[in-house]
Amino acid sequence: MKNFMFIFSRTSDSKDLSPEEMQSNMQEWFAWVDKLKAAGAYVSGEALLPGGKTVKGKGLVTDGPFADSKEAVGGYFIVKAKSIEDAADMAKGCPDMPIGGIVEVREVMVFE
Amino acid sequence: MTVLPTQQLVDHLFRHESGKMVAVLTRIFGMHNLEMVEDVVQESFLKAMQFWKFDNMPDNPAAWLMQTARNKAIDIIRREQYFHKYSAELSGQLLADTEATVGQFFSEAEISDSQLRLIFACCHPQLKEEDQVALTLKTVSGFGPSEIARALVTTESTIQKRLYRAKEYIREHQLQMEIPAGYELNKRLETVYVVLYLLFNEGYNSLKADELIRKDVCAEAMRLCLLLTESKAGNKPATFALLSLMCLQASRFDSRLDEDNTIVLLEKQDRSKWDMRLIQLGYKYLNFSSSGDTLSIYHIESAIAAEHCMAATYEETNWKRMLQLYDMLLLQKPAPVVKLNRAVVLMQTGEVNAAIDMVWKIEEIEKLLASQHIYSAVLGEMYKQKGNFTEAQKLFRQSLQLVTSLPEKKLLETKIAACISRLK
Repeated sequence: MKNFMFIFSRTSDSKDLSPEEMQSNMQEWFAWVDKLKAAGAYVSGEALLPGGKTVKGKGLVTDGPFADSKEAVGGYFIVKAKSIEDAADMAKGCPDMPIGGIVEVREVMVFE
Repeated sequence: MTVLPTQQLVDHLFRHESGKMVAVLTRIFGMHNLEMVEDVVQESFLKAMQFWKFDNMPDNPAAWLMQTARNKAIDIIRREQYFHKYSAELSGQLLADTEATVGQFFSEAEISDSQLRLIFACCHPQLKEEDQVALTLKTVSGFGPSEIARALVTTESTIQKRLYRAKEYIREHQLQMEIPAGYELNKRLETVYVVLYLLFNEGYNSLKADELIRKDVCAEAMRLCLLLTESKAGNKPATFALLSLMCLQASRFDSRLDEDNTIVLLEKQDRSKWDMRLIQLGYKYLNFSSSGDTLSIYHIESAIAAEHCMAATYEETNWKRMLQLYDMLLLQKPAPVVKLNRAVVLMQTGEVNAAIDMVWKIEEIEKLLASQHIYSAVLGEMYKQKGNFTEAQKLFRQSLQLVTSLPEKKLLETKIAACISRLK
């Protein structure tokens, strides 16, 4: 088993979702996380606040990594999977897929 | 590995919390800032989504949402006060006062009061009826424009227009979130009843909308009516009568369509499928409504609905009592549809000719027959009962031209076929 990181971002914001739609999306997330936990795949996850700073070159600090905040990374999961293919399959279950979600799947490097 | 139970949000939690948050924030910022308030509420939900997704659901989601809305409100006020900067001493004092005052609005009792005020504001008599309904569903009930459009069987842009028009009116005329007193209160309550009943009927009658959203709308009308009965301003016999009427009607919700999505008329419905729990609630509220000396149309209509529920079969309906109730209703509400219903009762008592006479005497009946399917369908049924199948068939065909929902079409086609077979 290897560790993978799911990095969540999106192509569109959820501004126009109704409360009921947001609730059902939320419910799908709970179910998804539960499923990953039940399969022993879920390790951890954190949400990230929007905004932030980017530091470049000789300590040049600018606001935010993206001009458009809706494209910003919203959070990450660490999951366990056999291969990158399996991890990508797992990521397909992300409930944000129908509403413009993007999941970047990266393998955590281990020094052997 | 044990499977963890899925974390569950209470059904419609977001919708209901949205209504509460909009109500409290509008109380704080004023009706003219409704648009801004809706943005703040939406932002609070987006923040919740963003955070909760990552296995962070709070123990009390409703309180979390309220707290977020409250912090956002204080932030906005702080920003505005910064703009009008006074001395540090005064600014500090002003902000402390503001936080204390804002905090008070978030108490349970004040939330209910704000919701009530918002209902009253959305049902302002100066707003158009269709705008009142859309605005109530949007702000008080937390429905999205596309959901309102689905429930009212119209387009989302139509709903957007109605919402825009209502908000413009509110801003221009500086409508307040107030609960009127004395005579004004009774007058306003009348409008609130009309809007809530309209809301209920949209859910109950519009067979074109999908069932899920229709049930939601009915449940929402009942929830708001219940909220009204629990308030000092709305705790009136007529409010209980309206709530009773809704419960009794809603008890038949599932019996009106069969598996093939064909309408089942009252006379053919399986009465064992009626929701006994709602019927009992309906009786209870009807009982509550009998205190005092007012007899509203809702009292009479609820009594009519109760007569149906009490009869073991359609044939055993107490039609004589029904006729009396309709006569009482006609005195208060001489509307064409009430006359039509009274004529149906007349037919049931065996007076088919008198019933047909009564329908033809409805003012502008020709126009109604040509524009609303229910009139031609009912009159057709009367001619069918009389044995005049030619006339009956003609009327059913006229009705068929006017209906739009599939279940209603099916029902009329069955009736036309029955007439044809009798004519052969």
